[in-house]
Amino acid sequence: MQFGIFSVSDITRNPVTGSTPSEAERIHDLVRLAQRADEVGLDVFAVGEHHNPPFISSSPTTLLAHIAALTKRIVLSTSVTLMTTNDPVKIAEDYAMLQHLAQGRVDLMTGRGNTVPVYPWFGKDIRQGVALALENYNLLHRLWREDVVDWEGAFRTPLQGFTSIPRPLDDVPPFVWHGSIRTPEIAEQAAYYGNGYFANHILAPNFHFLPLVNLYRERFEHYGHGTREQAIVGLGGHAFIARRSQDALDAFRPYFEGSPIYGSSYRLEDYMRKTPMSVGSPQEVIDKTLTFQEGFGDYQRQLWLVDGMGLPIELALEQVELLGTEVVPVLRREMDARRAPGVPDAPTHSSLVRAKYGDAEPRQPRPNANRGDNLTGTSPYQDSDPSVEAHFPLVG
Amino acid sequence: MSEESPGPEKDETAASVDLVVVSAGVSDPSSTRLLADRAAQKTLDLLHASGVAATASAIDLAPLAVDIAQALVSGFPGQRVQSAIERLAAADAVIACTPVYKAGISGLFTSFVDVLDDDLLIATPVILAATAGTARHAMVVDDQLRPLFAFLRALPVPTSLFAAPEDWGSPALGERIERAATELSLLLQSGVGRSIADTAWHGYQHEFGGNASRAEHAATDVDFTTDLMRLAAGGTALQPGDDSA
Repeated sequence: MQFGIFSVSDITRNPVTGSTPSEAERIHDLVRLAQRADEVGLDVFAVGEHHNPPFISSSPTTLLAHIAALTKRIVLSTSVTLMTTNDPVKIAEDYAMLQHLAQGRVDLMTGRGNTVPVYPWFGKDIRQGVALALENYNLLHRLWREDVVDWEGAFRTPLQGFTSIPRPLDDVPPFVWHGSIRTPEIAEQAAYYGNGYFANHILAPNFHFLPLVNLYRERFEHYGHGTREQAIVGLGGHAFIARRSQDALDAFRPYFEGSPIYGSSYRLEDYMRKTPMSVGSPQEVIDKTLTFQEGFGDYQRQLWLVDGMGLPIELALEQVELLGTEVVPVLRREMDARRAPGVPDAPTHSSLVRAKYGDAEPRQPRPNANRGDNLTGTSPYQDSDPSVEAHFPLVG
Repeated sequence: MSEESPGPEKDETAASVDLVVVSAGVSDPSSTRLLADRAAQKTLDLLHASGVAATASAIDLAPLAVDIAQALVSGFPGQRVQSAIERLAAADAVIACTPVYKAGISGLFTSFVDVLDDDLLIATPVILAATAGTARHAMVVDDQLRPLFAFLRALPVPTSLFAAPEDWGSPALGERIERAATELSLLLQSGVGRSIADTAWHGYQHEFGGNASRAEHAATDVDFTTDLMRLAAGGTALQPGDDSA
């Protein structure tokens, strides 16, 4: 099972001190957060994608590549990569490059995003949001698996003879989790491809996401990827931990009440009771997380938000420490003990490489020569399937 | 108002019909609740006289006022509001009654309706009712409540009910209540609301996992042959004859 943290990269006024970090500080702090997560043995660091203030992660792969160079073990992921307003060709290129730089410690979680103007800023129609996300992923899936792609769709200009570079590391694409909070078609797509399904598990009542998770499980089995119990499910969440339960409540309360999102909402104690939000002692967070396993079944990834809401970085780093030293080691043991036999872990680069190649050496694509026009002719790589020829679009 | 009184001849094939009163009255006793109760009781009497088992229950919004406001600002209902939503979803018919504030539907009533799923009351027979301190705003029911329930695609009965203080002693109010109750009871007995919802359900917009009684919750409920579902399973978004983007 994978445990980790995710950030949406918000820059939020600290309601206790009244100060707001600068963008430079926040970027610096995000990197520190990821490094600390790696140091304490968490498995995943994920960051979201936004294109307006008060957020800062507009270029997740740039940020994650830098973090990859500064970390040793942690898997870098996204929460989420926008599957709607990004060109799938750029997603294929950027994340494959990240994958190489991170030596495979990469996967991605996709979503439609939650910010309306992003669609027109990137020339897209929000009313087509679901269809966009679905078509874009269909293309991304092919770009990462076929050396030469000819493709036509409704939302992007056609591709003729296109090879996305670099090919994925070892010719094995990063694993993809499809994120959705309400759209059954996204769960269906995840199930169709045998990809993972991620529910952010915040801002909604306990087990609100259970019908979608179950839908994904049923369809995962329907498409022959395994039993419903073997489907690859990830959950988010929100944690604030202190050694003593009351200290956690007291310390977190001003951030909760001062939050534009939570401040007008239910009282903190009620919010914690009604939702997956986990505030308390390490044992309380452990116990609450175990209820997720009871309700959703065995799942493969648990990520927590710990750095938003204007928390000072030192406090967020403490959360990472507590997760890494007090909460996750116990959860690893407990959730493993409770897991049914035959339930797999989340795919990683090495597990996917082994699944594809067994003991054989992974493919290392070597391009054919530049034939003089910066193209390689009808075949991109020395070992590309000769029956698939690249025919480039004619111009003028 | 009696809560549970099966008719003299129970129709063995039909389950008991559930009426749910929704009242936004804030006083105790409340004239808003009183009007709704009288309409509910008259409907029950008529149903029982026709051999239809029926019960009625009430949702008073005043005790839920804070919960409703919290549901609005936090984006999801707490347990008490959720429970009210579920009771409404299961209702065979609704009697909706609001006090008139500022020449309109009360904010409490509207706020509650704001947190309902849009498809919760599709084709549900409803009696629309309002109370006020004077007769000046008697048109609130037809001008404001009726369009609101049109948005919800409910089946409001033709007769609107309105009571100002001077109406309470009047036989005319009793006659209108009987008229509305007759309309509601016949609408219920015809089963047309249920038939509309059953037959046309897929023509309305729905949210997966919603509160409506016919909401999709599981794979068995879902239509996987829609264009979007086919696209999700590796299909194409291009329609035949489309030029691609």
